[in-house]
Amino acid sequence: MTDKFKVNIDGQELEVPKAYTLMQACEEAGAEIPRFCYHERLSVAGNCRMCLVEWEGAPKPIASCAQIVGDLRPNRDGSPPVIRTKGAYVEKARNGVMEFLLINHPLDCPICDQGGECDLQDQAVAYGRATSRYDENKRAVEDKYMGPLVKTIMTRCIQCTRCVRFVAEVAGVEEIGMISRGETAEITTYLEKSLTSELSGNVIDLCPVGALTSKPYAFNARPWELRETSSVDVMDAMGAAIRLDAKGDAVMRILPETNEEINEEWLSDKSRFVWDGLARQRLDRPYVRKDGKLLPVTWPEALEATKEALSAGPDQIGVVAGDLIEVEQAKAALDFFRGLGVKNTDCRPAGAQYGADGVRERYILNPTLMGVEETGALLLVGTNPRVEAAVWNARIRKAWLWGDLKVAVIGEAVDLTYPYEHFGTSPDALNSEAAAAFLKGARKPMIVVGEAAACRPDGAAILAAAQKLAQYSGAIAEGWAGFGMLHTAAGRVGALDAGFVPADGGKATGDILGGSLKTVVLLGADEVDLSALGAAKVVYVGSHGDAGASRADIVLPSAAYSEMSATYVNTEGRVQMSTRAVQPKGEAREGWAIFRALSALFGTPLPYDTADELRGVLRGRAGENTVFSGRGYAPGAKGVSALMSGPAAPAGGPGREPFKRAVSDFYLTNPIARASRTMAECSALATSLDTAVAAE
Amino acid sequence: MALRRFDIEAGGHSFAFKPETEEKIAFWRGKYPADKQRSAVIPLLWLAQKDNGGWLSEPAMRVVADMLEMPYIRVYEVATFYTMFRLQPVGKFHIQLCGTTPCQLRGAESLKEVCTREIGKAMYVTDDQRLSWEEVECLGACTNAPMAQINDDYFEDLTAESLGQIISRLRNGADVTPGPQVDRVNSAPEGGTSVLSDPKLFDGSRNSLSALPNLPKPPGPATPEATGQPAADAPTNTKREEPSSKDIKS
Repeated sequence: MTDKFKVNIDGQELEVPKAYTLMQACEEAGAEIPRFCYHERLSVAGNCRMCLVEWEGAPKPIASCAQIVGDLRPNRDGSPPVIRTKGAYVEKARNGVMEFLLINHPLDCPICDQGGECDLQDQAVAYGRATSRYDENKRAVEDKYMGPLVKTIMTRCIQCTRCVRFVAEVAGVEEIGMISRGETAEITTYLEKSLTSELSGNVIDLCPVGALTSKPYAFNARPWELRETSSVDVMDAMGAAIRLDAKGDAVMRILPETNEEINEEWLSDKSRFVWDGLARQRLDRPYVRKDGKLLPVTWPEALEATKEALSAGPDQIGVVAGDLIEVEQAKAALDFFRGLGVKNTDCRPAGAQYGADGVRERYILNPTLMGVEETGALLLVGTNPRVEAAVWNARIRKAWLWGDLKVAVIGEAVDLTYPYEHFGTSPDALNSEAAAAFLKGARKPMIVVGEAAACRPDGAAILAAAQKLAQYSGAIAEGWAGFGMLHTAAGRVGALDAGFVPADGGKATGDILGGSLKTVVLLGADEVDLSALGAAKVVYVGSHGDAGASRADIVLPSAAYSEMSATYVNTEGRVQMSTRAVQPKGEAREGWAIFRALSALFGTPLPYDTADELRGVLRGRAGENTVFSGRGYAPGAKGVSALMSGPAAPAGGPGREPFKRAVSDFYLTNPIARASRTMAECSALATSLDTAVAAE
Repeated sequence: MALRRFDIEAGGHSFAFKPETEEKIAFWRGKYPADKQRSAVIPLLWLAQKDNGGWLSEPAMRVVADMLEMPYIRVYEVATFYTMFRLQPVGKFHIQLCGTTPCQLRGAESLKEVCTREIGKAMYVTDDQRLSWEEVECLGACTNAPMAQINDDYFEDLTAESLGQIISRLRNGADVTPGPQVDRVNSAPEGGTSVLSDPKLFDGSRNSLSALPNLPKPPGPATPEATGQPAADAPTNTKREEPSSKDIKS
């Protein structure tokens, strides 16, 4: 039996796999099929009936999204079935469907946020009638509360159930449903409770009409007024593809773009709704502390003050790079401070036990985000991907739901939206027989260690044990590197790649912030503990006024991620470029330029005058192959040979101390998110929900 | 059909099945394999409704959901889909009055007037908590139209008078007799049967030999049909009248 099937679509004969739906076959033939309920990444519902096509001989039009090609019959003479996607018959059918959909759809396009990017609007123009024949009253539906992110105008709902299927299948929290039936059918959450998924914003994109729209973006802008810029997200270490929509000098909203290898077409709520944080709490001009108060100064004054602060002598200076640092700034800062003779530079959290040996494969996610679809067994060590990489968690769930992936966890037992085996909360479970048996013999086994796990006192031992387990279970073989680290910060891998670690004899983050140095430079470092700094003079380079800026003696404002074209490396080691969507706020400058200016002040200018020249240095000379030479791909199993031999396991092995959660509040992990009102609201709501559950 | 919502206030905070219901729950759950226990949701909701005095409260629905390990929203969908699950309190005797066409033609409208006069608006519960009524779609007893279902029993062939009497008897705690309220056995003709009444039918006097019409024929000479040749082209549904363009747009 062949698994191909011949069909004749619009007079064109073609052979397609039997498992195709008729809609896929029609699209392969180049036909355009309108649809509302059908979505490539969700199960087929077949309830909007917009995708009707004609099958010659069938008594009725066929809903092409739900018709499997293999179920078609050839004609009586053996010729392939004849499908028509155009013509009077199909036109009439779609016309009728559209008329029924519009019967109860309000005519409020002028005040609807979906206007201009509405599937129903577009398809009504293409397939609908010019006028309405309906004289009765239209149906009205009560609006529902779905939390601080999703605004509902349920009268506009056409009951495609995309949102219901998304939260059940992709997000993994069954919270939206269709209640009642027939004319009274309504989409709602259970008793109008708030959505608890960290992917809930995606229902806004999925909604083909204006029933579910973005609450923070409501009535802010029209799609045709917006400048669209493709860029890279920095809210987690995945580096999701995003589109920044800007009006004037403000980012009005953030939408996902499709990148099959990273985020498919989803985006986490933090990445999507953080944009109001880009306009609030901004450091838009330099400040210098005089008599205990931060006073605004000009750039030359600020740089002069910085020069004075940096005259303490190279041994007395420490530099800590924060979570959101871009590669350009890391490189320029590193070149500048190394030029001064400073050895105390670090980009890792305090206590980090990884990344200093210069072997890139030991700190990136070698199996890649997409690799989870190939693997048969995934072991998560000290990481909760649901909050550390929410969109990746949806991919793990997808691999579990539609594939045969089995997941096991060593660490806190949390709800990951899919079932898993739990081998214990402490890292010594890495040496257990259960973990070995789970991975051994599985197809392409995969071990992922959370970054937080490598920042414990026994972090080096955990990494060594995990890598040994990977070697033992066959996770590291030719063509498959099933061992990797899941980072939480967008800037970490890039800064590590740039070499932003202590030089020989230099101090690491914990010691730099320990109070023994005279001057500490923070490059947007707000996630570190600043309480032990003592009398040290603090220079803060960053975009948002947060913990670091309030402790600072000198504040040098830098651009946020939406305001510069910069390089980021995601947790897989994938080098990506963001694109400037708006100008930097006020007098803020791109991070690298601040250090270029400082270096000139010291009389030893850095050897690049533009960002492009800097990136040229990063890429290396022609023929030279550096980490930054190529863009947009993950190295994956290319570096597997580096993992074949493990680091020497430190004495003692993984300890018995249980793993702690790496991210305590999903919505407030960085200064931009902490400046966002929307994120604060989400956080407050999530915290109150947590407490309520604990109280029960 | 009006909007259906839980009466949260009347539902209170908790619900528990009656001890004697456990057996029935086990019966229904036993019908489905361990990983398909969700299939028992409708019978369990029905039992919960019975144990909750004829209506399904929000805590009762949650108890069923927890029992079957289903998300609340999935059970909520089922409970709101089927009108047999009542989401608001009802009286001790709940009258479901059929208002569909056959009953309507036979006078259901006047029965509605009786209910409204005697009890109040639809879904209103009388102060003594004894009576409530609602209009429902066809209950499948059209032969005995107009009819109403009171709790688990059908009351058929109603008139305004007989329904009024039933209601007042229920209100006063007197017994009522289910079934047809006129001189009739089930759906047999009113006033007794009018066919098959000839005694000769039953005393055997009409018995005689007769050929049954559809017995197989004795074998005979082959006909063209018997040789397997179709008399004409086989019927087909592939030839179909095409809609003409003038049907479509004006």
